[in-house]
Amino acid sequence: MNKTGLIRHSEWTWEVPRAGSMLVPGLLYASDALIEELDDKVYEQLSNVASLPGIVKAAYAMPDAHWGYGFPIGGVAAFDPKVGGVISAGGVGFDISCGVRTLLTPYFFDDLQPIRTKLADALFYHIPAGVGSTSRLRLTDREMTAMLTGGSQWAIEQGFGLPGDLDRIEYQGRCDEADPAEVSKEARHRQVEEMGTLGAGNHYLEVQIVREIFDESIARTFGLVPGGVVVSIHCGSRGLGHQVATEFSRRMVMDASEYGIHVRDRELASVPAYSPPGKSYYGAMRAAANCALANRQILSHFVREVFQTVMGGAPLPLLYDVSHNLCSLEDHELEGKKKRLFVHRKGATRALGPGHPELPDCYRETGQPVLVGGTMGTASYILAGTAEGDRLAFSSACHGAGRSQSRSQALKQYRGEDVVEKLRRRNITIKTRSYRGVAEEAPAAYKDVSEVVRATAGAGLARMVARLEPMICVKG
Amino acid sequence: MRGVFQNHLGLSIGRGNMAIRGDCNMNASWEHFEHQADIGVRGYGDTLEAAFEQAGLAMVAAMVPLERVGQPIRVVVHCEAPDCELLFVDWLNSILREMSLRRMVFSRFSVSIQGERLTGELWGEAMNNQRHEPSVEVKAATYYSLKVGRAAQGRWMAQCVVDV
Repeated sequence: MNKTGLIRHSEWTWEVPRAGSMLVPGLLYASDALIEELDDKVYEQLSNVASLPGIVKAAYAMPDAHWGYGFPIGGVAAFDPKVGGVISAGGVGFDISCGVRTLLTPYFFDDLQPIRTKLADALFYHIPAGVGSTSRLRLTDREMTAMLTGGSQWAIEQGFGLPGDLDRIEYQGRCDEADPAEVSKEARHRQVEEMGTLGAGNHYLEVQIVREIFDESIARTFGLVPGGVVVSIHCGSRGLGHQVATEFSRRMVMDASEYGIHVRDRELASVPAYSPPGKSYYGAMRAAANCALANRQILSHFVREVFQTVMGGAPLPLLYDVSHNLCSLEDHELEGKKKRLFVHRKGATRALGPGHPELPDCYRETGQPVLVGGTMGTASYILAGTAEGDRLAFSSACHGAGRSQSRSQALKQYRGEDVVEKLRRRNITIKTRSYRGVAEEAPAAYKDVSEVVRATAGAGLARMVARLEPMICVKG
Repeated sequence: MRGVFQNHLGLSIGRGNMAIRGDCNMNASWEHFEHQADIGVRGYGDTLEAAFEQAGLAMVAAMVPLERVGQPIRVVVHCEAPDCELLFVDWLNSILREMSLRRMVFSRFSVSIQGERLTGELWGEAMNNQRHEPSVEVKAATYYSLKVGRAAQGRWMAQCVVDV
């Protein structure tokens, strides 16, 4: 990105000044290197978001921001419904409540090394992954409604997990204000065979090693020890979420002009958050988020079953579960006043600071765990929310590495078989049903996740806690 | 062949996956265009319908190699929208919906449009991971970089970015 149009506030903070129809400025959190790598389209998309009715403070881009559709990926925007603030299906995206969940294990690298192949094979066999994958679960319509209301809580009631898990999931495992009646028959049908499936693309299940600890005290509270093994799952709301987003994006495109909202890009179509279509979307989107929470809960159960079979009976407690595609009605302080705002995070993670009332007791002092997924060949990070994060970006942080190359560029440059072999030599086992998918997701097609995390911490959005490296990756 | 729309939108062409349909329309083709995180799909044809059909092939080709997909089963879809652009996104999303609901993959499309109404015929077969080796899953067609209109030499073009 050309820096000439930007105002630099600090080493890590860049402003896109208000111009034209922008109601607020844009704020980018990034290092010099990340700004230089950023596509100019992000600048344009951020300016478009800053022009939407009722936006407050700024349109934000996290350090992993990249060119999306409508909103940038890595974008955060909050809208005040009392001054006509909008809600936008495009501001959440098509994989509603896509997110990351990390499970702790009592094992170390040396415990798993001798049975690495057996464990990788068992995970690959038991975790439904890839395009069109289905699980052995089939939900009736009544069960679907209960799942859309209850999220992870519902899944635990069905036997997929432990009651103690709920403390360690955002929103206690259940998004409120979900309205299953707003989820269409088509969306439900698409989900009938997809509960407990990973999906495809950049979704994955990884067995990871804690390679570096940056904050010993917080790491201890999170249950992370050097050399320890954790399991992370990256996936979302599957076909149901895609269908809900598709239907409501269209409805917003049709309805926006009725509310006098004219946007430069139809993908930005939005309606007042408290209008009838705004309320319908919020209810459907929150129900789809519960589907994602239930899905990750069921997948966790499958992982626990595999570990029990391969390793014996030790439990795998949850570290945390975060969504990075979601809109939530949240309380934030704005010019000294408490406001209820619709905060959109599209490819951004909520990152509550220490002492936040929504945090469970176990993380009240540390701040919320922020789970940042890397690529299959680099690293993932665990961060913790900061108190100043609220002022900086409505308590938000990065969500991953962010792409630097398009899929077609990656396909031209890498062969899936070569990527897998290269990683094998580095002691990383890749299990996949699609070498083409591996090529498209090649580690080199992504930004340097370490630089993204360094910028996130430098800007004060979150604190660095630990770095994880992959040992086994089951690719979606 | 790559016409005025490319320059106007500033989009570069992706893989040269041009698939010329030899059956009825030699001017029909599809291609992918660059998008950092997702994929742009574009179809050309002598008619609006042909451009829609080709863009459908471009979308499926982002997931599976088209030449591996047989066509024993026909599925019919109907869409209705107030303008061509909305109708185009509806069309692509109806293909995705049928793929998801029926666990099928398609490699031939036939579209007819009358006013605001579209009827689409989809030919394909049950998804078979071994044979089709799908790589990514297209989640939805978006309204981003959405264009439907006349390209160079009077041909029709329809394009948008699909979310993967």
